[in-house]
Amino acid sequence: MNAPAAPLLQVRNLRVEFPTRRGTLLAVDDVSFDIAPGEVLGVVGESGAGKSLTGNAIIGLLEPPGRIAAGQVLLEGERIDNLPYERMRRIRGAKIGAIFQDPLTSLNPLYTVGRQIVETIQTHLPLSAQAARERALDLLKQVGIPAAEQRIDHYPHQFSGGMRQRVVIALALCAGPRLIVADEPTTALDVSIQAQIIALLKRLCREHGTAVMLVTHDMGVIAETADRVAVMYAGRIAEIGPVRDVIKSAAHPYTRGLMGSIPSMGVRSARLVQIDGAMPRLTEIPRGCAFNARCTEAGERCFRERPELMAAGATRAACWRHDTGGVGAVRTKEAAHA
Amino acid sequence: MAATEAVSGWLRRAADSDVWWSFKRSPLTVSAAIVSFLIVAAAFLSPILAPHTPFDPATLSLLDGLKPPVLVGEGGEWRFPLGTDEQGRDVLSSIMYGTRLSLLVGFASVVVAMVLGIGLGLVSGYVGGTLDAIIMRVADVQLTFPAILVALLIDGVVRGLISVQRHDEIAIYVIVGAIGLSFWVQYARTVRGSVLVEKNKEYVQAARVIGLAPVLIMLRHVLPNVMGPVLVIATINLGLAVITEATLSFLGVGLPSTQPSLGTLIRLGNEVLQSGEWWITVFPGVTLALLVLAVNLLGDWLRDALNPKLR
Amino acid sequence: MPDGGTLPLVRLSALKRHFDVSPPWLVRALEGKPRQIVQAVDGIDIEIAKGETFSLVGESGCGKSTVARLVVGLYPPTAGKIEFDGNDMSQSRGRAEMAALRRRMQMIFQDPFASLNPRWRVFDIVAEPIRAFGLAKDAADLEQRVGDLLRQVRLTPADGRKFPHEFSGGQRQRISIARALASQPEFLVCDEPTSALDVSVQAQILNLMMDLQRRFGLTYLFISHNLAVVFHISTRVGVMYLGRLVEVAPTDTLFRRPKHPYTRMLLDTIPDLDMTGRQRAPVAGEVPSPIDPPTGCAFHPRCPFANERCSRERPKPVESEGGTVACHAIEEGRLPVEERSYAVRG
Repeated sequence: MNAPAAPLLQVRNLRVEFPTRRGTLLAVDDVSFDIAPGEVLGVVGESGAGKSLTGNAIIGLLEPPGRIAAGQVLLEGERIDNLPYERMRRIRGAKIGAIFQDPLTSLNPLYTVGRQIVETIQTHLPLSAQAARERALDLLKQVGIPAAEQRIDHYPHQFSGGMRQRVVIALALCAGPRLIVADEPTTALDVSIQAQIIALLKRLCREHGTAVMLVTHDMGVIAETADRVAVMYAGRIAEIGPVRDVIKSAAHPYTRGLMGSIPSMGVRSARLVQIDGAMPRLTEIPRGCAFNARCTEAGERCFRERPELMAAGATRAACWRHDTGGVGAVRTKEAAHA
Repeated sequence: MAATEAVSGWLRRAADSDVWWSFKRSPLTVSAAIVSFLIVAAAFLSPILAPHTPFDPATLSLLDGLKPPVLVGEGGEWRFPLGTDEQGRDVLSSIMYGTRLSLLVGFASVVVAMVLGIGLGLVSGYVGGTLDAIIMRVADVQLTFPAILVALLIDGVVRGLISVQRHDEIAIYVIVGAIGLSFWVQYARTVRGSVLVEKNKEYVQAARVIGLAPVLIMLRHVLPNVMGPVLVIATINLGLAVITEATLSFLGVGLPSTQPSLGTLIRLGNEVLQSGEWWITVFPGVTLALLVLAVNLLGDWLRDALNPKLR
Repeated sequence: MPDGGTLPLVRLSALKRHFDVSPPWLVRALEGKPRQIVQAVDGIDIEIAKGETFSLVGESGCGKSTVARLVVGLYPPTAGKIEFDGNDMSQSRGRAEMAALRRRMQMIFQDPFASLNPRWRVFDIVAEPIRAFGLAKDAADLEQRVGDLLRQVRLTPADGRKFPHEFSGGQRQRISIARALASQPEFLVCDEPTSALDVSVQAQILNLMMDLQRRFGLTYLFISHNLAVVFHISTRVGVMYLGRLVEVAPTDTLFRRPKHPYTRMLLDTIPDLDMTGRQRAPVAGEVPSPIDPPTGCAFHPRCPFANERCSRERPKPVESEGGTVACHAIEEGRLPVEERSYAVRG
């Protein structure tokens, strides 16, 4: 799905830093990707991999002291990473919508959902109160709120978790954005509700041609929703490519391990595939490839040189195995841990 | 055993912690700490450091009476840098001894309030039910009286029960008890709130699965985890307790003039303020203000440093 | 069902636990509101045989975690009986006798960040059950035992000197497991032990738990909402809905030939990672409030096969293929059994 048309969103060499008293942490390290209009890009990774920070950096909602240290974010060819707060706020409603994990924190408990949606619509679109309310009602119907005519005047606490997330989606769609950044939109929900929300997101994207950056740790959600997927590890993109290829024939050893460790429903085995160890803390990212200590295929070069994303079959992976130079002399596991 | 381990572990981590880091980064807090330290050190070392022993009548001479401070006015002597009162007592020495007494009362009443409040708060939060309701209603009722009123009340009752002379002897215990009793509510409520949060955490449940006795769970698991906010309150309360004691002493229901605290000194000086001997009351007053300000600044910093949301 | 003849290690009979979530008495009196009772666990029967892994699955609020806490005695039951190795746990008995029973069952919790006392060293955390039950002869023995436990969960004895915050989520969960094993229990209640972990770490912990089970002959009560995990680790599975057990079956039977409509719905929600193009079937409706559960079969408002009887009469568990199902449609033969297959991922 690498559309030849101009990409909607371009992220170029993005770096997000957190200055702390023990030195500056590089939470997102040289991340680049594009999202085409109407495309769903899944960003997957373990907690602390930097996936949520990447999303927050794009919508300009990095929590201080986190800051964009380098790189550019371009929306429809225009830089949005260095805009003043007020202009970014307008873009955030009008061109980029945001959906967060906990629907409760996205809604003001003191106002009815209708009022919140109407206010958001009127901030970004020149509509009369009546027209805005009609649009709000229409949005609530679109996201599948039953009896929307009555529910529009209800307060957030009167909705269940799944219904609240639908309201948040309606809120994100208010001004007809070109891109929605959805950060773990289904994580707080029960499995049966998850499926409903995913189906809804997909349908809305198809109908409105909205692109989605879907940030999640759940490979199942990605598999069902995304066109392409970026796998993040320790602040870097380990692999990026069409979702089918990443899941079925991953090129990066980390992606393969990650896929393998998801329990499969096919056969039961005495042991699950596992990746030993844990993702390094941001303070302890090793030289070379960040995955080198856990990788079963690492060579001497992986401890020395950092791999950039390179073509690896149908996907692009940051792994020296796909370089003509190879991984270099194979290191034993003992040497790797020393 | 477990307690000492907990304390040593706490100290070790404190040296490396964010709290120490935020301390070093705040000049105001560092100055407050230095001022507090100087005042506390001067007070507790007063028997060694003070130039005179102001409450030994043998060393007093009426000839030295009402000397002004050295740097102002005529007739000041370096023997009495901050001047003397009408009985020839050195004001500086009086302040050092008085501060010691004020701090002793402050510390002791904070300890009384802490022990009482933490104990009742732990029981209230952990046991819950009727006991919790009773303790918290008592606390509510007590909160409707200002602390100073509670202290006045207790002092008044004790005065009514025993002779004046006997009262002077035990005045310090009465006042510690009175202030302690009027401050316990805050500890109890804070501890109870934290206990309600902590007791539902899984590490407490894990201890319950083992079948550990509730008393042990409270002391070993819950208590160390609710001490952060308690420490903050204790610091701020120290300033409050010193002020309360000073107020009571100023009103003449606190420590007797034979054992003058800062508050007593201010009262005694206040009586001669009209005749121009301002230094007798102003210097103890300034000391009190500095001490309380420094302690409160420390308390404020500690509250911010221990609050993860503000970090 | 456990093999005939042998006594189950754990038996829950007609177990109920209700929670009073009413507003305070004064508020109720003023507003004229009745008491509000959540029937978190509303009469369930489970037998767990020695050495097996019995899993309870269901959506949040179905009461599965309450069952776990009832079994280890964190809550007293409102009604019903819990028997452990033939001993009725509600009977009052002496301290020593109670401790002897408690020693044999332990619990692993969900949140690796809340389940370890942040102010204790790992050594003391793991040593606590050993000390509480007086299992160590002396300090050297204690050190030896804690070291062995840490090694068993793939940590090192030197890790004992550290504090929990120095470890990652997966490592903390290992510490939690070491603590649970410290009293040499036979029965472990695991309340969503991997749901707070990343997938790559989840596999490590599940493998560790399966290894330990083989090594020490442990019996698990495993609580989870993740069906794929349950599929791998369980011998038998119980599906809970609004405080009731709707289906119990051996793992393979449950996943290949699910009977209860709710079980089928849950299986439909398993994400398709094999890229077969199968879509998760979005299910209509949400779990109703356990304060005011539907009459009859609690699932009937969401059930495509419900009829008038389902809304009136609560179905009783009926024997079926080595398990039990509580469903009128199955009992009446209205609902045919449906075979399911799963693609094998390469």
